[in-house]
Amino acid sequence: MTSPLANLATALSSGEIEVIDLTHTLDPDFPVIVLPPEFGQCARFRMEEISAYDHRGPAWKWHNISMSEHTGTHFDAPSHWVSGRDLPQSAVDEIPVDRFVGPVVVIDCSAQSAEDPDFLLRPEHITAWEAEHGPIPPDAWVLMRTDWSKKSGAAYLNMQDDGPHSPGPAPEAIRFLIEDRAIRGFGTETVGTDAGQGMHLSPPYPAHFQLHGAGKYGLQCLHGLDRLPPTGAVLMAAPLKIRNGTGSPLRVLAMIEKDSA
Amino acid sequence: MSDPLQPPVKKNPQKRTVSPTRPPEGRSRAALGLTAAAAEGRFALQCCAECGAVQYPPRDACSTCLSTELPWRDVSPKGTLIADTFVRATTSLYFRDRLPWRTGTVQLDLGPSVICHVHGDCEKGARVVLLNRLDRAGQGVLIATPEKRTPNMQDDPQLRAMSSDPKLRRVLITDARSPNAPALAKALLAAGAAQVFVGEGEIWRPYPERAALETLAVEFLPLDVTDTSSVNRMAAEYGGKIDILINNARFLRPGGVLARGDTGFARDEIEVNYLGLMRLAQAFGPVMCARTGDGVNSAVAWVNILAATSLSNSPEMGCFSASQSAARALSQSLRGEFRSAGLRVMNTYVGPTEDDWHQPLPPPKVTPNALARDVIKGLIDGLEDVYSGDVAKDMAEKYRRDPKVLERELTMGDEA
Repeated sequence: MTSPLANLATALSSGEIEVIDLTHTLDPDFPVIVLPPEFGQCARFRMEEISAYDHRGPAWKWHNISMSEHTGTHFDAPSHWVSGRDLPQSAVDEIPVDRFVGPVVVIDCSAQSAEDPDFLLRPEHITAWEAEHGPIPPDAWVLMRTDWSKKSGAAYLNMQDDGPHSPGPAPEAIRFLIEDRAIRGFGTETVGTDAGQGMHLSPPYPAHFQLHGAGKYGLQCLHGLDRLPPTGAVLMAAPLKIRNGTGSPLRVLAMIEKDSA
Repeated sequence: MSDPLQPPVKKNPQKRTVSPTRPPEGRSRAALGLTAAAAEGRFALQCCAECGAVQYPPRDACSTCLSTELPWRDVSPKGTLIADTFVRATTSLYFRDRLPWRTGTVQLDLGPSVICHVHGDCEKGARVVLLNRLDRAGQGVLIATPEKRTPNMQDDPQLRAMSSDPKLRRVLITDARSPNAPALAKALLAAGAAQVFVGEGEIWRPYPERAALETLAVEFLPLDVTDTSSVNRMAAEYGGKIDILINNARFLRPGGVLARGDTGFARDEIEVNYLGLMRLAQAFGPVMCARTGDGVNSAVAWVNILAATSLSNSPEMGCFSASQSAARALSQSLRGEFRSAGLRVMNTYVGPTEDDWHQPLPPPKVTPNALARDVIKGLIDGLEDVYSGDVAKDMAEKYRRDPKVLERELTMGDEA
């Protein structure tokens, strides 16, 4: 009998198991969260050439890059929010690495989000999903598919005079996932784990406040969740090992069984 | 009257672009006083502190009493054109391309007679007003102009060669998001600019100036001065079509060093206000310098809009002012680097402006329209330094008189 890992390796090389990329390209013009201007702001991704096979370095090309911990497709650690500031293992360098690989389920909210940019995922949507796909396994990533990653330019933040409008979870839905389903983390295709109008919910930014207060993780600006099956995939999301880091841009990959999406 | 300037015909792609040339640059140290006055659009001559005699040409000792105290004073520019002629042959590369060139002698009402350039509308024997203008070498020269405005006066080829007139030129305003962008665009179009481009960063974020700009005949170009790749891409595509660049990009947050407690906003200020200028200069500078001899719509000027506190720091906006000082210092380097090409760097210094970040400050504040007006006037007059609004003018005057006194006034402690 071969080992599970050997089986996995065989399945990967045969194509039975595919690896897909759920990451946006780090691009200077990719939107970041916008806060009132008197607050500190999230740095955009920037890249400066150090040399390009030229007088600055004849045989090599390299860049200096700069960004926020929360730029592009990124991971939120519990210490990102005031509710998680005093938890143990709350910074990206302290989180045990087994947290970075695990089961993932995808709740498809793309139809509702297309109709209503302020769509809120509620507990009844989750239980309805479970009626079809089975219960959410414990310690799983739960990703909210909205197809928002297919939007670009101004449509992505959808910023209006009264703030951004994009779908996200209702406070009760996050509470349900934490308390009744013991999830590992929650991820979205929008700029944050919260809805665009999440500051007007109670508590404000309910996903950030509740997830991180409970030691759970966040993933946002995910790309192409329509390529993931509702259940049965494995998510690999390892942030950079930044001392006391509250988050990190990262490459989010998933292993799926061929043609399962 | 002068012949009205005609839009240039499309360039023959088989013809080589004319290389920049410029009039002679050499001057005595004494003569640079004329240049300093021309940079601000003032007509000044040396006046003897002992006997009062007005001097021309500039010198080190009074022509009447040999005193060496010869301060520059703003004086009356009026006089009479007593002789004129046309230069029809010369070894100067600059003037060879511009012949015939009219010169003459003006008897100033104050006494001295002056050999100078002469506007085409001046009649011999008539009253004239001397203008002190920077030529393409960036040196002060005098040109006689008619006492009363004549039709299309600004289009006289000799006068235009000493200006940065936006008429029939193509202008890039680097930041559409700035509250002054619509006013600048409107004023440029009213001044006859052939085309106005506005750089627009982060199109994923709406901004109120967009609606105002959309009502004007401007073209939006993606441009973010903090993003090197964006600046380089835009210069590669449009650099050869930019005759005047107006850098109005600015990041401003209030607060001095201790009020802030971190370097976050300071970094943004340096990224936009200092490195942004550097990125623009590295991308657009070379191609603009290559086109300063390119006919009616030659590249002519680079405009920076700087806070007056770049002259001397105001701690309420201490970190921002420091970034403005850095930009001002960089603009001085650019003046030197652009000099051989004759591309003019015009700094417009402005006091508190009418915008969100100056909302808690009392008036007077400079409105976008007033700033735009001063920028256009500065370009038409070919200036290097423009002071927009009373606060900037006052600061410049104090800075000229005694920088240390100004510094001390701006750095008072709070009442206990």
